[in-house]
Amino acid sequence: MVYEENKTEAVEMRHIISILLENEAGALSRVAGLFSARAYNIESLTVAPTDDPSLSRMTLVTTGTDEIVEQVCKQLNKLVDVVKLVNLTDDVHVERELILIKLVAEDERRDEVKRIMDIFHGHVIDMTDTTYTVEVTGDSEKIDAVLKALEHITMLEVVRSGQLGMARGDKGIV
Amino acid sequence: MELTGAEIIIECLKAEDIDYVFGYPGGAVLHIYDAFYKQDDVQHILVRHEQGATHAADGYARATGKPGVVLVTSGPGATNAVTGIATAYMDSIPMIVITGQVPKHLIGNDAFQEVDSVGITRPIVKHNFLINDVNDIAETFKKAFYVATTGRPGPVVIDIPKDITAEKVAFEYPSEINMRSYNPAVVADEGQIKKAVELMVKAERPMIYSGGGVIIGNGSEQLRTFTRSLGYPITQTLMGLGAFPASDPLSVGMLGMHGTYEANMGMHHSDLLIAIGARFDDRVTGALEKFCPDAKIIHIDIDPASISKNVKVDVPIVGEVTQVLDAVNALLEKAAEKTNKGAIEKWWAQINEWRAQDCLKYDRESEIIKPQFVIEELHKVTNGDAYITSDVGQHQMFAAQYYGFDKPRRWINSGGLGTMGFGLPAALGVKLAFPNEEVACITGESSIQMCLQELSTCKQYGLPIKIINLNNGYMGMVRQWQEFFYEKRYAMSYFDALPDFVALAESYGHVGIKVEKTADVRPALEEAFKQKDRLVFLDFITDREENVYPMIPSGAGLNEMILV
Ligand SMILES: Cc1ncc(C[n+]2csc(CCOP(=O)(O)OP(=O)(O)O)c2C)c(N)n1
Repeated sequence: MVYEENKTEAVEMRHIISILLENEAGALSRVAGLFSARAYNIESLTVAPTDDPSLSRMTLVTTGTDEIVEQVCKQLNKLVDVVKLVNLTDDVHVERELILIKLVAEDERRDEVKRIMDIFHGHVIDMTDTTYTVEVTGDSEKIDAVLKALEHITMLEVVRSGQLGMARGDKGIV
Repeated sequence: MELTGAEIIIECLKAEDIDYVFGYPGGAVLHIYDAFYKQDDVQHILVRHEQGATHAADGYARATGKPGVVLVTSGPGATNAVTGIATAYMDSIPMIVITGQVPKHLIGNDAFQEVDSVGITRPIVKHNFLINDVNDIAETFKKAFYVATTGRPGPVVIDIPKDITAEKVAFEYPSEINMRSYNPAVVADEGQIKKAVELMVKAERPMIYSGGGVIIGNGSEQLRTFTRSLGYPITQTLMGLGAFPASDPLSVGMLGMHGTYEANMGMHHSDLLIAIGARFDDRVTGALEKFCPDAKIIHIDIDPASISKNVKVDVPIVGEVTQVLDAVNALLEKAAEKTNKGAIEKWWAQINEWRAQDCLKYDRESEIIKPQFVIEELHKVTNGDAYITSDVGQHQMFAAQYYGFDKPRRWINSGGLGTMGFGLPAALGVKLAFPNEEVACITGESSIQMCLQELSTCKQYGLPIKIINLNNGYMGMVRQWQEFFYEKRYAMSYFDALPDFVALAESYGHVGIKVEKTADVRPALEEAFKQKDRLVFLDFITDREENVYPMIPSGAGLNEMILV
């Protein structure tokens, strides 16, 4: 009857949640505040306006047991600014993340970086005499793999966008 | 015709049928106060501290079911209101708090008396707004009242920069509001209701566990019909008292940390728990891993997030309590006959055996005044019909255990946040709402000092409430925990510079009576309630080390109570 009894079986899983919210001042802090106030995890969070400028779309990655994530979703749904929420994890969906890396690229490194970018379908988008800035998009596993492949090269700066997600198929979230 | 922002605020309050606003002026709200001065449709009640304003509005809301309205200035006015907003939030009380803000061009400048009121209150409100444009005032008020009073109610803060209260615009109050992101109307699932009724009929050891949601949702009538048609035992939470009459034999009293033996044992041994408008608070469940080990659980609540939050339930039903119980009652008209009479009879026999423990017994012969005795006598003198507010501590638990509430909205206390200082201002709000009813504030000598200044407000508006001060010279509840769990090391729980409460009450223009002997309790109460138009402060000098029993220590299960 009680969660604690099942604690040993309760496995923490990664969940990716898509949220449509009013594009209003403060809406983002309501979501972020909820996570800190209730001690829920946020792994990544991205937010930007949609094609309808009065709405923002947020993709949030969190980890927790099924019970906790159910609570997270219910609490998010309770926020007056939240218009709609979908836990993408429940269904087939696509995920993408963008990474930008500025790395030291001199002499033979310049070719090597370009070859790695070819393999990962990435691009060099800026350069100086001594550096390249590259971009790669993909799911988190691919992004992790890129970082691993470049591990031995000095990276000056790394920025990841956090996950974006969308359900597969012909239905939209609204 | 064009109105100023300040005048529009008044018009909005009128449109919402608001008769009282509890507030305190300051720079950022002076335009609004000027608008108040020029009209008398909405009466402004001047408190002595913004915390008092919030509790008074809250008490008013709890007693009437209508939203309470508060008006405070920016900066310290807003921060002083925070405790009261959180108090209302924890108990789901509809409230509108209007906070003044510095003029728009100064926001973010660390201007004089500027705080980020929306930011500070965000985690303790149902929703909040910062109005940026005089054109938005009317719609924002409409939304605020709609959000505060529908679904699971709660406080809503509206922050208004000073400059826009002076700007002018044509006023029109929206007759309807539609918010795409907020839709509180839920219709409970019929299938779930059928499933629940099936379980109810089959149960052998059922327990109805009803909470504050029944009172807030005005479901007392339905709850009574429901409970009586099944003839099952019912226990109520601290917040739910009065929804079902305490004097009805089906009532086994309050449950939880200081609940009755029969209620907690009944919970623990039940095979079906019917939770209605209750939220499985930690003070109710005791140790979660030991909670109701054999019970299937039905949970009726308006808030889906309340369901399966602490305890996983078997049959969740999301809906308005009135609507759900009406549907359940309709099904029970035929089904109630099919209950398992034999098993239920045995169950009642067991419950009555627990009852025979008489867990609320205390020394009735004591010459030193027992706090329990004062509450029982108060019940008699007021025919059990008074509005009772309380503060937080032992006196609150004694009031809950011994007053015996038969009607909803008569028991007004801060259950969720446990805010000392709530009782007096709340009583003031109740008395304004019901001038012809008896209103008493049960308090302790520590709690009463937290919002004592409101005695002055009571004087100004002629609010003859009765203050029942159970004066044990200790922060009794803190002392009790220190006695039980810290080997009587009474760290900071003793007051050795108490005021003379009689003189204090008199200095505010009220009547003070000190009562030191058990024999004087009844006459003093009678004398106090005879004084219809005076506030009477009754200072009962009670047994210093009386404890609240039964008690479930933290970490224990509901079947592991400490009894007297
Ligand atoms: C604002 C606030 N501060 C502290 C507490 C912690 N607290 C709970 S009960 C209590 C003692 C209350 O003493 P008193 O009002 O004299 O009542 P008694 O328990 O003696 O009846 C305290 C300090 C609280 N509930 N609220």
